[in-house]
Amino acid sequence: MAYDKFDILNSTAVPLSIENVDTDQIIPARFLKATERLGFGDNLFRDWRYNSDDTPKKDFVLNNDTYSGKILVGGKNFGSGSSREHAAWAIYDYGFRCVISSFFADIFRNNCLNIGVLPVQVSPEFLQQIFSAIEADPKSTFTVDLGQQKVTIDNTAASESFEINPYKKDNMINGFDDIDYLLNIKKEIKNFAQDTPL
Amino acid sequence: MKKTLFDKVWDKHVVQQIDQGPDVLFIDRHMVHEVTSPVAFLGLKNRNIKVMYPERTFATADHNTPTINQHLPVQDPLSAKQLDALEKNAAEHGISFWGLGHEKNGIVHVVGPEYGITVPGATIVCGDSHTSTHGAFGAIAFGIGTSEVEMVLSTQCILQPKPKKMRITINGNLEKGVTPKDVALFIISQLTTSGATGHFVEYAGDVFKNMSMEGRMTVCNLSIEMGARGGMIAPDEKTFHYIKDREFTPKGAAWDKAMDYWQELYTDEDATFDKEFFFEGAEIEPMITFGTNPGMGMGISKSIPTSDTIEGGATTYKKSLDYMGYNEGESMIGKDIDFVFIGSCTNGRIEDFRAFTEIVKGRKKADNVTAWLVPGSHNVEKAIKEEGLLDILQASGFELREPGCSACLAMNDDKVPQGKYAVSTSNRNFEGRQGPGSRTLLASPIMAAAAAVTGKVTDPRTLINS
Repeated sequence: MAYDKFDILNSTAVPLSIENVDTDQIIPARFLKATERLGFGDNLFRDWRYNSDDTPKKDFVLNNDTYSGKILVGGKNFGSGSSREHAAWAIYDYGFRCVISSFFADIFRNNCLNIGVLPVQVSPEFLQQIFSAIEADPKSTFTVDLGQQKVTIDNTAASESFEINPYKKDNMINGFDDIDYLLNIKKEIKNFAQDTPL
Repeated sequence: MKKTLFDKVWDKHVVQQIDQGPDVLFIDRHMVHEVTSPVAFLGLKNRNIKVMYPERTFATADHNTPTINQHLPVQDPLSAKQLDALEKNAAEHGISFWGLGHEKNGIVHVVGPEYGITVPGATIVCGDSHTSTHGAFGAIAFGIGTSEVEMVLSTQCILQPKPKKMRITINGNLEKGVTPKDVALFIISQLTTSGATGHFVEYAGDVFKNMSMEGRMTVCNLSIEMGARGGMIAPDEKTFHYIKDREFTPKGAAWDKAMDYWQELYTDEDATFDKEFFFEGAEIEPMITFGTNPGMGMGISKSIPTSDTIEGGATTYKKSLDYMGYNEGESMIGKDIDFVFIGSCTNGRIEDFRAFTEIVKGRKKADNVTAWLVPGSHNVEKAIKEEGLLDILQASGFELREPGCSACLAMNDDKVPQGKYAVSTSNRNFEGRQGPGSRTLLASPIMAAAAAVTGKVTDPRTLINS
């Protein structure tokens, strides 16, 4: 299914300065029982965000009105663990369109790209600059320019370029998805399948 | 051009190379379960297309199933709906479905090899990160997201950039009481939870050559826990012997044709890897984790590392120890525990239950311990009974549950309560993984058995009958 096109995103950001944020934290397994892709944002970071009696945990960043925006900034090795695409869905459904970190787990990165959330990998130093900018002023804005493959801290004009596979970049800018691509080469796939050894 | 085992299998499956883009990779075998497939099937419905090669996809229910009273209707309405959706989707698209109560039902990564769906040289995917398990047979097997499940259902292909290659060689022999689980936890502790991200791993050397197929599955299963897409081991006589004559393995001329291909599946001498690691078998002792990711593990005789010796963020490390209720520098031996879980796609096979039983034989379950023994499949359950293990387990105060993923991810009712400690043979010790607020210590089946009979963390070597 085609998704939102991604071009330039200008937004404030929500800082989550924790390393190795795994997909069980992003969305715990007990919230994976749906048969449709609906409402996962409500349970984003469920156990960090709410107490067992469902009252909000005041010290968690998503419960702090000071921070908001369409960009989530996480520590190193973001999205490790389970392959659940529900983690990317929850991030999207909550309202984020971009996750910035200094390192992403592979499956999570792919899942994000497949649903139109842009994973932006920056150097550890630049990640620290981003966290510092938010700490100094929670209303700091950031510009993520996919076409130019560049992320900028607007206050300081400091910027860094990021990598993305050209095919995936084209998909995101145009809102295409991989299944459209694959369905168009079904004939080649059929020919290939006739010769597979297994 | 010298090729690695991984190159040989990958290259054989590339339908098309997209310029500056990912490869179009043909998938031989696809496994689906109830949790990560419904939205993919919904996608097919929205596009009004059918599964392209239904005979290449196999469905089992495992993540969200109860492990007691499986003959009764599933109580939780959401779980029931999800299980029902899988059954309907499988029927609509003509996919083999091994649901609750079916004799072939079990954890997807346990039943795949049992029935010969898993074969060397194949590409195997499933919407589950522990699909890496099947790499034990020399297959390229990895976990995918739901969008990718939809790709495979609709076109039998997936778009993937080719990962980098890593080889981990361990020569020498393992000491008494050191199991494949310990080998894997040792490697992850050395490389960290993200040390193999972006790579596909080949395991090589004496230790893996001498390992049983079940042991190789445990090691490959845990590849994802250091960030690797998957892990694989070159197929050998042990592999071919294991798969021969299983229900879905090739027969007759097809077997011979496949063997011609399989015999070539090894890394050429002088083939190169992006990264290589070397260890000695004798370095490894029984392992246990003390933190909230699988890289936070140590030999049972060691003490919890201090934050100044840890690479990376001390804040995250301290947060992790706080969650566990542990302090830097402490020994794990003698720590209180409340639950023991043996099962999962990591250690839910017959060999694991044999090892567990060997330790608890002639001893009694500790009163303070709740033990959940969950076979990986009905096949495993049957073997436990037929081999007489169940009688021994029952005499020691243990009961056997019915197959499923169970407390590994606690989607069903098998949840470890808030603040309680579980010694678990599963694969993840993330915060709340085994239930909200639960604390997990990952270990081998014999470490779990030692904990179950002593009621605390115990070096299993002290209980091995000589």
